[in-house]
Amino acid sequence: MMIQIRFFASLREKLQLDDCELELVGPLSVEQVWQKVTHDQPMPANVLCAVNLEYVSLEHEVTGGEEVAFFPPVTGG
Amino acid sequence: MQVEIREADFDPYAELLQYQTKMQQGGQYGATTIFVGSMRDFNEGDEVKAMVLEHYPKMTENFLLQISQEAAEKWSILDSLIIHRVGEVHPADPIVLVAVWSAHRKDAYEANRYIMEALKSKAPFWKKEFLEKGERWVQQNTPGR
Repeated sequence: MMIQIRFFASLREKLQLDDCELELVGPLSVEQVWQKVTHDQPMPANVLCAVNLEYVSLEHEVTGGEEVAFFPPVTGG
Repeated sequence: MQVEIREADFDPYAELLQYQTKMQQGGQYGATTIFVGSMRDFNEGDEVKAMVLEHYPKMTENFLLQISQEAAEKWSILDSLIIHRVGEVHPADPIVLVAVWSAHRKDAYEANRYIMEALKSKAPFWKKEFLEKGERWVQQNTPGR
C-alpha cells in the first residue's frame, strides 16, 4: 500500500524534497516515515505532522492510503 | 458559519457588510466583534517589503471550521466568519478577518479571541518575508501578543 508524503514552507526548502510516495510493507510510525523519506536526516524538534489533514503525534501509525504531512511551526494571522 | 481562503486582495469591511446582509438575523444579534489583521512594514527590526503566505489546502479550511465550531460550542454565538489571505501581500493589505455575532458582547468578544488565538497557534499557514536584502521564513507566532 502506498502513502503520500507532503512537506511545507521552510521544511520543504531546507530538505529540498517535493511531495512523494512511499510503498509500505507494514505499518510505520510517522517518525519512521520521516526517516525513510529523508534518508535519516535529523528531524527538527519543532516539526509538526498531520495524517489525512489532522494533527497527529510522531508515534501515530500509518498502514497505507494515508496522506502524511510534515511542516514547521505555523505563522498565519 | 463560513470560512474562506482568498488568493486575492479583499476588503474586510465590504465582506463583513455583505455577509451580515445575507445572515437574515437582524434583531437577534446585539454584538458584533471584528478582528482585522493587516501586514506590517516592519518585523524584528527590519523593513519588510512583501510577504508570501502559504497554506495546506483542505487542512487549513478544515481546521478553521473546526475552531469555529468549537467557539460555537463554548460560547453562545449566532454566527461567525473567517477570511484569510494566501499568496503575495504588501504592507497595509488585510491578511485576516474574524467576525463573530452574538446576542451579548461577552460571547462575541471571547469567541473572537478564541478563534484568533487558535488560528495563530495551530492553523497551517506560513509566512515568508521579503526584505531589502533577501528573504526569510517567519519562525513562529508569539502566543497571545
